Parts: sequence; structure tokens; C-alpha cells
Amino acid sequence: MGKITLKSVRKSFGEVDVIPGIDLSIEDGEFVVFVGPSGCGKSTLLRLIAGLEDASGGSIAIDGVEATDLPPAKRRLAMVFQSYALYPHMSVRKNIAFPLKMAGMSAEDQAKKVDNAARILNLTSYLDRRPGQLSGGQRQRVAIGRAIVREPAAFLFDEPLSNLDAALRVSMRQEISELHQTLKTTMIYVTHDQVEAMTMADKIVVLNAGRIEQVGSPMELYRSPANTFVAGFIGSPKMNLIDGAEAAKHGAQTIGIRPEHIDIHDSGPWQGMVVLSEHLGSDTFLKVNATGLGTLTVRASGEVALRHGDTIRFAPQPGKMMRFGSDGKALA
Amino acid sequence: MARKVSTRRKLAFTAAAWAVALIIFFPVLWTILTSFKTEASAVASPPEFLGADWTLENYVEVWGRSDYPRFFWNSVVISVGSTLLGLLIAIPAAWSMAFVPGKRTKDLLMWMLSTKMMPAAAVLIPMYLLFQWTGLFDTRIGLVLALMLMNLPVIVWMLYTYFKEIPGEILEAARMDGANLRNEIIYVLTPMAIPGIASTMLLNIILAWNEAFWTITLTTVDAAPLSAFIASFSAPQGLFYAKLSAASTMAIAPILILGWFSQKQLVRGLTFGAVK
Repeated sequence: MGKITLKSVRKSFGEVDVIPGIDLSIEDGEFVVFVGPSGCGKSTLLRLIAGLEDASGGSIAIDGVEATDLPPAKRRLAMVFQSYALYPHMSVRKNIAFPLKMAGMSAEDQAKKVDNAARILNLTSYLDRRPGQLSGGQRQRVAIGRAIVREPAAFLFDEPLSNLDAALRVSMRQEISELHQTLKTTMIYVTHDQVEAMTMADKIVVLNAGRIEQVGSPMELYRSPANTFVAGFIGSPKMNLIDGAEAAKHGAQTIGIRPEHIDIHDSGPWQGMVVLSEHLGSDTFLKVNATGLGTLTVRASGEVALRHGDTIRFAPQPGKMMRFGSDGKALA
Repeated sequence: MARKVSTRRKLAFTAAAWAVALIIFFPVLWTILTSFKTEASAVASPPEFLGADWTLENYVEVWGRSDYPRFFWNSVVISVGSTLLGLLIAIPAAWSMAFVPGKRTKDLLMWMLSTKMMPAAAVLIPMYLLFQWTGLFDTRIGLVLALMLMNLPVIVWMLYTYFKEIPGEILEAARMDGANLRNEIIYVLTPMAIPGIASTMLLNIILAWNEAFWTITLTTVDAAPLSAFIASFSAPQGLFYAKLSAASTMAIAPILILGWFSQKQLVRGLTFGAVK
């Protein structure tokens, strides 16, 4: 079981309120991603749940048991750190067995569990090496192995993939998702990468300046962002946010339209000059200096033969435009 | 061509390194050589080297005239004792400063270091009187305390820098893995800090062994270590260079041998963190 409930959890460092007060409920077996820009408090929130930071107020319950004042060791949570945080003086085998040793498990049971974890993570042939002799991806696997042997109530991941190169990041991302399918244990994953958030999460928690901006499934956040912050943060390339006269025409302070929801055709109401075109093969991203709208990103499918200086007309797809009020919140 | 130049540069640097090392080592070398000469040969001008009268009689006389083993044992007790006591106090101190730093940790460290800048002579009278009143004068425990206090800033600073090198996340990982503070220290922190602790220990034993000001001032007979042993040979009879050199050689030999065997550890310790 791994149900985690936060009630008005606060954290301040000196006079700075990093987290002014958060309420959040994480269901058993859920894959929850905390996402937000640097300094939004997502790592602090994870560390509060882990018990590595003391909450300045509020309460944290794990499976209904009050855990706010429990030390990390007593919370039955396992954590995978960005730096892997392996014990450099121990072999891979001893690293993975460490939590079991701390739990007082017999050497025989330890060996069984370590072998099992090593098999799941393809680490069997590295068990007698030291962390220093492993590549980044292998180290990350060891860190995950150390987490899974304990059979914790929940896994906490603190930006675990940000030290890996792009290709490895994608494959580790899939491995972690598969691990979640297999283990069905609650996972809380912190990242600043919205692609990781979108691809892995059952539920995304978007954080900004220590506050929750929106909680929802990836598609909910994509389809109906609660405010301009979420609208701009979720989705790649970013949603175009347009202020001014055009927005006023739609009765809003700001209107938003995603690059993939703009069609190029000659009878479109908007007009602009192509500033930059990025050809990815499958898609072409056009940066367009649009008259009266500012710079917009337009996503065209496949290869499009448009270049810097070309003038185009384009139109938002019907029903895809989002409207936001003066407080930044979405209008119905 | 490029290879030739680099070889020449390498030779030049090696020669320079040897030259500097020899200049630094020369007084020690000269002391050792002088200790094997007769008194007449030791003070000869110009200095004699190859043609000197070589003899072992200085050692025989120094050994016979004084109780070397007692001085030696006092040196061992004082240097090792003050270092171990210092570590006992400094490890928790450095620990808390490195891993749970407060607002004034930096100031505290600077203040500790500043005490090393105070001239020892400035507190000579108060220390002397304090030792007399408390009955610590000419006792080993007194010297252990004095040298421990003298070297404590160095020990704390060294340990602090070593502990700082240990990533906090590894300790947090241990906590998450279910280790309590005791297990975290035994299984994770200490094994990782052992090279640092060892080189701190070695350096402080050497510092304490070589200390002369307090060891000579605060002792007469019972607790006098090897520094006082050397000093006793420069005293009333006038200067007997060969005997003084023999006494000096006997005093520095143990620490020289210790330093020789642990040089790898010492160099590693002193450059810890500089090279990853």
C-alpha cells in the first residue's frame, strides 16, 4: 500500500516561504509526477514527503498513518537521487543489500532479494563491481535496485534522469514506466522536463513558486489547462499565448492556441512572415512574426517548403482556442 | 621534435624539484652527518665532509648520559594522546559544521583558525601559572591537553574539509535506506572519511612530536619529551655540536621513519579533494 496524503504542508527556510501550503492526495499505485520550473519547490516537496526536510507546518500521512515527525528510515519509502548517491566503498551487491542489512534481514534472504533485483534490472554481471566502475545508466539501475529490494510503500524519484544523455534518458524513462507496470507501487517522480511528465505520469502536479497550479492527468492538462502558467508549461513546443486586441475580440485577456492547432491555408484570418523554420522530418516548426499577434509557433505536419522571409496566412483550428481572464485563469 | 622539448622540460623540472628538496632537507642531512663526526671535526672550518673523522661515540655518550627511552615514551604518549583526544572532540565538531551548518559556522571556523595566529609567547605566563596551580605542570596529561588545544583548530579544519567532500545525498540515501544515525556513521560516513581521518591523525602526530615551545616550557623531568631531550644538550656545558646533532637525530628518527612509511597517505590526505 502506498497512499500519501498532504494537508496544508508548509516549508520555510528562514523567512522565505518555499512552500506556503499544499494539499495533495496520492492514491495507492499511482505514478505521480511533480513538474515545474527550477526553484518551484518540487524537490523540496519530495524531500518533505521523504522526511529529509522537516515540515514547518501541516501534516503528512502515509497509508493513513501520521508520518510528519517520523524519521526517513521509518516512512517505508525508497528514494532514487539525481546523483545516484551510491555508496562508493561498497560493491553493487552490497549497495543493493544495504537497506536489507539495515532492516536486519538474514544474509541468505538478502542474497535472494539482491539476485532477484539484479535480474530484473540486468545487473547480474556487475554485482561485484564498485559504482565507480559503472556507466551512468548502470549506476542509475543500481540506485533503482537499491530502492526496489525494500518493497517500499512508495518510490520517490528526484530528477533521476537529468545526468544521463538524451538517448539513455529515453530508454531509462521507458524502463521506469515498465517497472511501474510490473510493481504497481506508488511512484512520485520529480522533473523539470514536461516530456517526462507527459509520458510517464498517471497524474501530473504542476508546481510554480511553491504552489500547485493544477493537478490532473497528462491529457487533462494538455486539453484544459487551468491557467496561463500550465498552458505555457505543458506541451512542446509551447502554447502560443496572445494578448491585446485579438484576445479582446474573443472576450479574454489572453488567448492560447497550441502550435499543432494552427493550420496554414490561404484564406486564414491571420497573416505573418516566417522568421525561422525547423525541419524535423516528421514535422516542421515555423516561427512566424504575425501581424498584430506577436511571434507565434506553428507546427506543420511533414516537410513544408517554407523559408525565412516567406509570408503565410493561417488559421486556428475551430474549438481549439483557449481563453484566459485577467487573473490568468481559464475562462469557460 | 615536440617530444624532445618535452623531455628536456621534464628533466629541467625534475632537476629543479630535486634542488628544492635538497635545500629543504639539507639542514637535516647535515645534522645527521655531523652526529657521526668527532667534536673537532664537527666544528672544523672549512666544513669537513669526505675527510672527516667518523665515529659512533656521540651516540654512545648521549645514550649513556640520558634516559632516552623515557623521553621517547613521553613523546609518543603526548603526540599520540593529544591527537586522539583532539580527534575525539574534532570529529563530532567537524561533522556538525560540515553537514548541519548554522548561520555562524563560517565565522566559527575562522575564529578557531585565528587562535592559531596568536603568538604562543603571549599566553606563556598565564599558561605556566595555570599549569602550576592545577598541578598539571610537568605531567603528560597536562601536555596532552596543551598540545591538543593547540592543534585542535588544525584538526577541525582538516576534518571539515574532508567531510565537506562527502556528498550529503549519500548520507541522505543511507537515511532513506533505513540507517539510523549510528549505522549511518559506522557503515557509510566513516569508511568514506577514513583516508581523511588517517592523514589528519598522521599530520597531527608529527606536529605534536615536533612541538618545542610548550613541551620545553611546561616540563622539567617527568613529562619531558624528546624536544626537551635535545634542548638539554645545548645547555650549560657549552655547545657540543656533534653530541647535539646525535641527540637531534635520535629525536627526529622515529617521526622521520613514520613519515617515510606514511608519505603516500600524507600526500593523498593533503591533496584530498584537489584531484578527483
